[in-house]
Amino acid sequence: MEPLNHMKRPSLHHCASTTSNRRQFLKTTTAAGMAWMNPLAQQLARCAENDVSETRGKAIILLWMAGGPSQLETFDPHPSQNGSEGRKAISTPLKHLQLAKGLEEVAELMNDVSLIRSMVSQEGDHERAVYNVKTGYRPNPTVVHPSLGSIICHELPENAVEIPRHVSILPNEWPARGGYLGATYDAFQIGDPGQRIPDVISPVSKERLERRLQGLDVVERAFLKGRDPEWIASHTRHRATIDEALKMMDSDQIKAFDVNLATATERNAYGDTAFGRGCLAARRLIETGVRCVEVTLSGWDSHVNNHETQSKRVATLAPALAALIRDLKERELLENTMVLCGGEFGRSPELNPLEGRDHWPHGFSFLIGGGGIAGGKVIGATDPEGIRKQPENPVRVQDLHATIQHCLGVDSEKEIITPVGRPIFLSEGNVARELLVTS
Amino acid sequence: MTRLTFISLWMLTTVSLVLFWLYQDKPYPPSAPKFEATTNTGKTHDKQSTSSLTQSLERNPIQNRASDLEILRRLSMALTGTIPSVEWIRDYEAWPEDQRIGLALERIFDDRRSSDYLAERFARAFVGVENGPFLVYRRRRMVDDLSEMIHANRPYDQIVKKLITAKGIWTSKPEVNFLTATIDPNNDKEGPDEIKLAARVSRAFLGIRIDCVQCHDDMFGDRWKQKDFHQMASFFSGAEMSLTGLTESEKTYEYRYKRHPAPELVPPKVPFNESLLPAEGSLRERLAAWVTHPENKPFARALVNRVWAMMFNKPLVNPVDSIPVEGPFPEALESLANEAIASGFDLRHLITMIANSSRFQITSRTLDQSENPPFPMTRLRPEQVAGSIIQSASLETVDADSHILSRVIRILQQGEFIKRYGDAGEDEFAGTGGTIPQRLTVMNGKLVEERTEENLVMNAATRISTLAPNDSVAVEMAYLATLTRRPTESETQYFTDRFRGKKKKKRATEMQDLFWSLINSTEFAWNH
Repeated sequence: MEPLNHMKRPSLHHCASTTSNRRQFLKTTTAAGMAWMNPLAQQLARCAENDVSETRGKAIILLWMAGGPSQLETFDPHPSQNGSEGRKAISTPLKHLQLAKGLEEVAELMNDVSLIRSMVSQEGDHERAVYNVKTGYRPNPTVVHPSLGSIICHELPENAVEIPRHVSILPNEWPARGGYLGATYDAFQIGDPGQRIPDVISPVSKERLERRLQGLDVVERAFLKGRDPEWIASHTRHRATIDEALKMMDSDQIKAFDVNLATATERNAYGDTAFGRGCLAARRLIETGVRCVEVTLSGWDSHVNNHETQSKRVATLAPALAALIRDLKERELLENTMVLCGGEFGRSPELNPLEGRDHWPHGFSFLIGGGGIAGGKVIGATDPEGIRKQPENPVRVQDLHATIQHCLGVDSEKEIITPVGRPIFLSEGNVARELLVTS
Repeated sequence: MTRLTFISLWMLTTVSLVLFWLYQDKPYPPSAPKFEATTNTGKTHDKQSTSSLTQSLERNPIQNRASDLEILRRLSMALTGTIPSVEWIRDYEAWPEDQRIGLALERIFDDRRSSDYLAERFARAFVGVENGPFLVYRRRRMVDDLSEMIHANRPYDQIVKKLITAKGIWTSKPEVNFLTATIDPNNDKEGPDEIKLAARVSRAFLGIRIDCVQCHDDMFGDRWKQKDFHQMASFFSGAEMSLTGLTESEKTYEYRYKRHPAPELVPPKVPFNESLLPAEGSLRERLAAWVTHPENKPFARALVNRVWAMMFNKPLVNPVDSIPVEGPFPEALESLANEAIASGFDLRHLITMIANSSRFQITSRTLDQSENPPFPMTRLRPEQVAGSIIQSASLETVDADSHILSRVIRILQQGEFIKRYGDAGEDEFAGTGGTIPQRLTVMNGKLVEERTEENLVMNAATRISTLAPNDSVAVEMAYLATLTRRPTESETQYFTDRFRGKKKKKRATEMQDLFWSLINSTEFAWNH
């Protein structure tokens, strides 16, 4: 069992020879008067030189469709159904598989990814359903469950990245959280990657930051008077965390966040939207060694004027999703990177009087591909007439989690003893084996 | 005169007065007379207990006591969620040494920020942090009502009774939200959820985790059976929603136990101290009377453990809501539980008792942790960090009496900061580690930058650098405003050297950098 609530130290393996990166870091820290920098900090500095490609391992990108996308206007159109925008369906390379109009670019890639069209849950309220789909558990007053990305980061070995391994791009009010694993596993949140990333760049010049750090050193020394410095260092990890933050600020890897460094062709492929830039940043981050990235596209909650709302979101989603899958495939990253696309629930087959669709947790869609998931599969089916609630071959939210964890090499049957002493399985679901590459 | 100019002049005048008071030779004008009388907390027995405790303190002076300012910082942090202002430090130091703690507590109890803060912390245990089912749940209303009751020092058992027995509409009867918070709009069952309520009541009010046997008997011992939990849940079976809000009906509770073929009627029964359950009254009235009965010790212990945890950021028994019914109990838990019962569950009295204890007043400094346990060093909660950064930027106390502009800024900035820094949620005392994003937020984030940058109207850093009579006073003010202490000789030396000869903008920049160093220190981020 790995320790909980403990800020793991980065792996010190593969710390190789000196390069300019390390020299630059050591020079900066020395100049900053970091007399307190211990051998561990120096080793951390050496880790900066690691080639992450060797240790990248499995990763996951969750494209979070906040508000609940309509399955009928995205991955599960029913052209025969009355009043449905889903009548406008398009074909894909797979026989018998159609997607909604607007997803032409994605349709071409359906051999590489799969669809679950029969997701079911018992949560129809946004906040509760988001919790449910992101954690695999229904909200419970006695424990806060960690989101999928946090579990993956906790369970898979650390790789030598200098930037957070769990990132949430364009989060709304419910970004991925570490829950009982602790705030250490919360996603690092950023907005539009086309903008300056908050907090990772010092608002003052390097020289001034060094002066500030020198001043900090003076204050720290006074605090240590009459205290055990080693105990303070290990108990608070305050200075160690500052070291790690400084390392991140000084790391070249931080450029992975900056999509302005990508070529214009790359940027155009993903679409000139914040979400498109988020997806491009997600790819760049995964390539750098980040383990889990969540990119949110909000605005799917179409209680009014469903068709227009959905088609606008589809226009943003389609180029970004297609470019992401293509890009990962071309860079040979798809095999180890799982891509998921879905939201907290689907939308009702029947239109309401305001031409909108309401919440529908009884059969909604998730696109899933890469990272050990077979391509070209379609699981489950909803009622073409939209009358019957229960879909064929239903996949529960917890089953989706168990399947993802299995593919990424995490034992979902493992029990974690939470900080409150209560054992909880990483997931309570069953693996959907028909989705696996080996099935 | 424009409004902004007026505010600027008003603030300049205030800061000049504070600086004048701080560094004049004459003693500061005595504080408001209301603090002079006594350290009592509003009840007769308090006077006796507090004064006997004070006497015992005098007889047995605390070894290795923390400084008065350190104790003030701990009190302010625990009870208002922020550090004390320079203005307050000045008042505190003007009070007679042997009355400082009592007078500080009086001022805190009188301060609306404190009841608001304590209400929010209690609410996390009572209803969690989620916003819940919007149509039937108004968390804010409930927290405001809790704050009113805490401000009026309403006995804790009465507060709990009010919550458990609540009836009516959730908007006009704020306590009803304790029950409606558990309504699941997607569940077939209408009305509050018995299972969630049994879990909340047992954890928050009794400090036991009987909900762990919700699905099976206790795996770790024979103490609890699945029946114990569901029989307690059965007390909430009658809570039902109607046109007039939450009512009490004759409905019963059925549950299918593990390995039983069919659901069965579950009678309402309490898991221990059955003799304390009254025979008369509605189901919830009977349960409330049993939960809060003075002889039902788990109730008093749960209260003490939670209040202790609020004061220390760490409970006496960990986790805070899991105290073994049969013990063993730490000595402090038992004696404070008895004191809480004797005082009629007087929250102020309990807080005063803890604040006056040697455990609260001892220093956190030690070269050997295994020797006599020092005051536990704990990481500040996110709202405490935010509150402290905002407070440190102002020489006067940012409270309900502050200018509306200051308060609005405080609320907005605090919310934004906590969003980035991460809210601890219900895991009040989980002691989770600090994160890189948290450090980045304080090192490079907007809040620290905005509250320390050159701004004569809003920021203490600029005001100190502009108005302090000399460099060492300026450094001292910065230390008091952020770390609630004066700098050591070597610190004064180091920073006055930096200020030497610098004027105007360069001086303001130097002060901003000093504030940055102070706010980013271990000492600022930890309770000690």
